[in-house]
Amino acid sequence: MKHLVAMCFAVVFLTACGTSVPLNDVPVVDVTANSVQGSDANGTGVNGTGVTPVDLGKTTASADASAESRTVYFDYDSFVIKPEFQSLIAAQVRVAKAQPTRKLAIEGHTDETGGREYNLALGQKRADAVRNAMAILGVPQSQMESVSFGKEKPAVTGKDEAAYAKNRRAEIRYQ
Amino acid sequence: MMRFLSNLWIACALALCSQVSLAQFRIEVAGVGLTQVPVTVAPFRGQDALTQKISDIVLADLERSGQFRSILSPVSSLDESTKPELSALRQAGADALAAGSVSKLADGRFDVRFRLWDVVNGQDLGGQGFAVNALDLRVAAHRVADYIYEKLTGDKGVFSTRIAYITKVGARYQLWVADADGENAQSALASPEPIISPAWSPDGNQLAYVSFESRKPVIYVHNVSTGKRRLIANFKGSNSAPAWSPDGKTLAVTLSRDGGSQLFLLSASGGEPRRLIQSNSIDTEPAFSPDGQSIFFVSDRGGSPQIYKVSVTGLGVQRVTFTGTYNISPAISSDGRWMAYISRMGGAFKLHVMEMASGTSTAITETSADESPGFSPNSKLLLFATQLQGREALMTSTLDGKVKARLNGQGGDIREPHWGPFFKP
Repeated sequence: MKHLVAMCFAVVFLTACGTSVPLNDVPVVDVTANSVQGSDANGTGVNGTGVTPVDLGKTTASADASAESRTVYFDYDSFVIKPEFQSLIAAQVRVAKAQPTRKLAIEGHTDETGGREYNLALGQKRADAVRNAMAILGVPQSQMESVSFGKEKPAVTGKDEAAYAKNRRAEIRYQ
Repeated sequence: MMRFLSNLWIACALALCSQVSLAQFRIEVAGVGLTQVPVTVAPFRGQDALTQKISDIVLADLERSGQFRSILSPVSSLDESTKPELSALRQAGADALAAGSVSKLADGRFDVRFRLWDVVNGQDLGGQGFAVNALDLRVAAHRVADYIYEKLTGDKGVFSTRIAYITKVGARYQLWVADADGENAQSALASPEPIISPAWSPDGNQLAYVSFESRKPVIYVHNVSTGKRRLIANFKGSNSAPAWSPDGKTLAVTLSRDGGSQLFLLSASGGEPRRLIQSNSIDTEPAFSPDGQSIFFVSDRGGSPQIYKVSVTGLGVQRVTFTGTYNISPAISSDGRWMAYISRMGGAFKLHVMEMASGTSTAITETSADESPGFSPNSKLLLFATQLQGREALMTSTLDGKVKARLNGQGGDIREPHWGPFFKP
């Protein structure tokens, strides 16, 4: 069925660009005359402008009760690590140093206000701030990667400042 | 293959409709002084037997463009071969008439034919015919609308082009390829993790996008017809904001691999990225000018996010937006005359259109959470994401904001639209 669609799209696109030919002379397109290559289970081999779906399946990630001890929260439009999070960072530095072969991802997040890509860059600044704080305390840069989810993965849903405050964060995750 | 009922509600008043909730309307016309061609699209002979009413699809296309208004046919039983009673049409106020038919062929396909008339001058403006599978009746209808649009406005129609968008339903994200009216959506990618920033390649065959499937943002280039995907940017840190050069050979991207969010150029076939500019600030959301010589982007180098432009060689950074403290997401029309972007005004994020020659900007929406604007390939319409009654929705608008339409699409939240190019054989 999808291949037929692909084929028909292609044929219609290719032929319907015609100009103002009188209707009597309009060449009526024969769709079935075009042959389409067979496709394998992955959906490859289809030509034309149809769409072959790709499904990446279900997520395997699960909630983690220890998240709070690894999360630094930020003020609105800020990338400054507040003093109350220094002890959390120091504790995470000790964990990281005790397992020097274990990689860390520092994941920055924003609240839902503003553009997706700009928020991705803002979340990156938060992640970078935590990474740099850990580097100053002796965790090698090579052990850490700072990445951003922007506003795509809020910790909590909600449209008020309480929810936004929970979402402006950087999470330290051990891989 | 999913299909959706087309349910067209028309706000017919030419007066102040903007106070009325947008969500009630599929097409909203606001403001006076619109010059719209009055056109009659007669019910296609034979369409009663079909779920896809050809004439309804054609009319919705034409009305969404903002350049036409519908005049109900005063004459019944018209098709492409009848010589219409032009005086009755003139009396009804129609300047043009499209009439046609759809009939089932012996092999199960449908034969769609139509003819366009200039009612004022009594002139036959020609017609076309297509034989299509039942699933492609919509495509045929969009082609009819393209023909009418081009004949009557002189500009190329965009109704048979395609758009991409993302939906989020529960924890499932999907990238869709749909007709320009949002209908006939086909799933290109389903993922348990977010997908953002889809961008059509200039040949209309591939989508670049940002996927979080590997628990960080990386950039794929995805051939939509084959489903084959190539991971083209997976550097340390975040990889985001892909934008194609007009020749399709290069992508501008944002990478944090060397510290901070910075702009790089990357061959579409992959390989080592080349730094475009270096700064200590956020630089992101690149968008090529249609001549490929400049790149517009967002930077907070001046203390707040503003739009700048730089030559493709990385020289000569110029500021483009000066009003407001939050201007993001630039998109340049293919004729180079307009820039669409989002500006924060108070607490609202509003779609703006800037005329490049004069630098004059106008806010064109009544909504307050606009995102991700882009132009139709003929530079005549905008497509953007917004929120209507707490739900994410897609809308089109004329550049002056006077005619807007909400696109039908998937259930759930619908976002991140990008309008594909004209089909190039």
